[in-house]
Amino acid sequence: MRYLSSSTLSLVLFFTALALWPWVSSSYGIDLVSKIMIYALLAISLEMLVGGAGLVCFGQAAFFGIGAYAAVLLSPADSTPAPLVFLLLKSIFCAGVFALLVGALCLRTSGVYFIMVTLAFAQMAYFIVHDTPIGGGTDGIFLYVKPSLGWIDLDKPMHLYAAIWVSLLAGYLILHQLSVSPFGRALAGIRVNEQRMKASGFSTYPYKLSAFTVSGMIAGWAGYLFAVKDGFVNPELLSWHLSGAVLVMIILGGIGRLGGALVGAFAFAFLQELFQSEPLFAGFAKHWQLSLGLSVIACVAFMPQGLIALPSQFAKRLRGRMAAQTPSSTGKSQI
Amino acid sequence: MDFAIFLIQCLNALQYGLLLFLIASGLTLIFGIMGVINLAHGSFYMIGAYMSYALAPVVASSFGGGFFSTLLVGIVASVILGYLLEWAFFSFLYEREHLQQVLMTYGLILVFEELRSILLGDDVHSVEIPKFLDISIPLNAVLTYPLYRLFMSGICLVLAIGMWLVFKRTRLGMMIRAGTSNREMVQSLGIDISLLYRTVFAVGVALAAFAGMISAPVSSVYPGMGSSVLIICFVVVVIGGIGSIRGAMLASLLVGLVDTFGKLLLPQISGMLVYVLMAFILLWRPSGLFKD
Amino acid sequence: MNAHPIMSCKQLSRHFGGLVAVKDVSLMLERGTIHSVIGTNGAGKSTLINLLSGELKPSSGQINLLGQDASNWSQARRARAGLGRSYQRNTIYPEFSVLENCRLSAQAHAQRAWAIWIHAQRDSHTLDTARRVARLVGLDSVLDRPAGFLSHGQKRQLEIAMCLAISPQILLLDEPLAGMGAEESERMLGLLIALKREHAILLVEHDMDAVFKISDLITVMVNGSVIASGPPEEVRNNPLVRTAYLGEHA
Repeated sequence: MRYLSSSTLSLVLFFTALALWPWVSSSYGIDLVSKIMIYALLAISLEMLVGGAGLVCFGQAAFFGIGAYAAVLLSPADSTPAPLVFLLLKSIFCAGVFALLVGALCLRTSGVYFIMVTLAFAQMAYFIVHDTPIGGGTDGIFLYVKPSLGWIDLDKPMHLYAAIWVSLLAGYLILHQLSVSPFGRALAGIRVNEQRMKASGFSTYPYKLSAFTVSGMIAGWAGYLFAVKDGFVNPELLSWHLSGAVLVMIILGGIGRLGGALVGAFAFAFLQELFQSEPLFAGFAKHWQLSLGLSVIACVAFMPQGLIALPSQFAKRLRGRMAAQTPSSTGKSQI
Repeated sequence: MDFAIFLIQCLNALQYGLLLFLIASGLTLIFGIMGVINLAHGSFYMIGAYMSYALAPVVASSFGGGFFSTLLVGIVASVILGYLLEWAFFSFLYEREHLQQVLMTYGLILVFEELRSILLGDDVHSVEIPKFLDISIPLNAVLTYPLYRLFMSGICLVLAIGMWLVFKRTRLGMMIRAGTSNREMVQSLGIDISLLYRTVFAVGVALAAFAGMISAPVSSVYPGMGSSVLIICFVVVVIGGIGSIRGAMLASLLVGLVDTFGKLLLPQISGMLVYVLMAFILLWRPSGLFKD
Repeated sequence: MNAHPIMSCKQLSRHFGGLVAVKDVSLMLERGTIHSVIGTNGAGKSTLINLLSGELKPSSGQINLLGQDASNWSQARRARAGLGRSYQRNTIYPEFSVLENCRLSAQAHAQRAWAIWIHAQRDSHTLDTARRVARLVGLDSVLDRPAGFLSHGQKRQLEIAMCLAISPQILLLDEPLAGMGAEESERMLGLLIALKREHAILLVEHDMDAVFKISDLITVMVNGSVIASGPPEEVRNNPLVRTAYLGEHA
């Protein structure tokens, strides 16, 4: 119980800090944190799949991009602002349908195959957007008018920031509740020992497909916010580099806890800004992906449980060798 | 469709398929034997291509060597690279979970791409076809086919046959086949498993790099070439079945056909067709055409 | 004993390419009995259990579960119908607590996946069942321990508990005594005898003393086929069995 309240406390602090941020920051800072919060929403959608169900999806960017493109393509062609909530629902729906179809196929495989086919199908989506007239090609498409609802106008940075904050909080609470519900526990069981789940009487395919679809829908939600924020979408939103980056975020933060994905998204953004900063890295700043690549390798090699596990690992070492290691391999959740 | 055009497309499909096989076979072997999913495999292809671009002038000025000398130097260099990489990096991945392997090799891609960017820049380069292969073979009154592409297909075929012979006829091949099905058993037989793994890995790297080297004159040398080939290789491995060389061959040829004829007949969606093929195979056989 | 068996199989066969692992096996499981299957390694016992549980599809033959033809049912469907299975190798959730292992298994019986507002680990439905089965097998003192930290004997007990948590009518037990010491085996045998009252039990075991002590029926398999089937004394005196299998132990 004490453990529970310390993480709830951290969460409250986290969201409060984010809520107060606009008052202490410049417009650049507000824009930056808006972007990071969107990536954080994308990261928790993936964490549910990877850390929750044990499904390593290397195609999360596809759902993100589809949500973004849907937001732009389904906005009215003239200059009337789209109704905020309806447009969001349409984006989520499009991403969800794609996730359902792709998931139905991909979940027929497992293990390494699954990783490869999710990557392949995401690449297919990239091609659809990149090569066909639907996507507007490499140039991308502009969103001319941002959606609104009554007095809420997402064209205003503060309103947008608030909308993103609310989305992140809502997404987190929904996914958290899912993870402690019978559905979530079933996913955890599938992750730890799918054979036993089947032997007990769980048909695992419907559970996995549902998780995959929900994950896709939330990623689509993040995509909608991205499109609305930038007013512009291009095929790179579906690129596998973004899929890879989201995976890096969740392992950086710590797989197995939703909070880890939040931490990871911010840590990743921090690393990117750090490595791109010229005062620190001079000529290397332009080759920041090298530093990032090395960091990813180092992180996985030496810190596989992620940043969020550091405080408790440190505390454990202070208390002495009480409970030694967990019985399973690293990077998995404990109950 | 004119017969000559059909023939040209078939030859193109064959050439593309055989080239894919060289790369994909390394990927599927490394996974089948060592259990490592290596995202950076496409980077070896890119490294090969950039090597043929960068080494050609060096080889020419050092000892007046031409295309084949550059190839030879490149092969040696990639085998050494493979050995070093396995020893320094990949050997630590064998016992790890797939997610960790995916992420570490993803980091490796970033490192390779940036190193290339630092050392050789981001420009697109072309590599010359050696003069004696730069001939067009006439097919009918109007159309010709480049000899160099036939040469590429020929070399890939020779290597494929060589691979088959090594697997079926040599002790090394026997060890490799045994290693695919039962790792512990091979070890308990006293075979130096580390050396075996290192050799397999180096060969895989060399094959991919070699594919890049011979493909450079035709496809030119550009930054994104590693990523695009990697994903197609994943499709080949999924269709063919992980760990199966036979599967990799059949799948590579299938992908070559679908891609080449797709570009001709359905150009708008040609980029997607390979994935549609993969989707159908998955519906029918989730573990690929040939099980390990 | 009931006139109708809860589970039965008729002429069950399974081959892998040219190898025939199980050939024309027929047997019946009735409530209140322990039916043991014995045989040397490679006799087809594991394949038989996998066919009955649904992990393998039969090449030919029929499986009847609670009066219905279950030959094509998936494993999960059979489990939901009342077929519990324990494995020779511990198939538990090592990182979950003992209580959670049992609770999650109990959840299979009443899944309520759509009820996302419920906090599963505080749900009395599944918790009560979990505590009950843990107590039944004797694990109620270690409910909070991560299952991976249990002793081998305790893990075998947990296997059984997880089986029981789905409220099965039939238990397929694959070498529950494997790796157990004398005292733990005694305890497990006592548990099995207690369980047989309410269940039909199929037991695959290598421990001959245990098998002859508690079984009501014994089926002997050699090279995939049944060579004898009947009460323990009959089997013990069967000349075919003595030559093929018990010869070494006589």
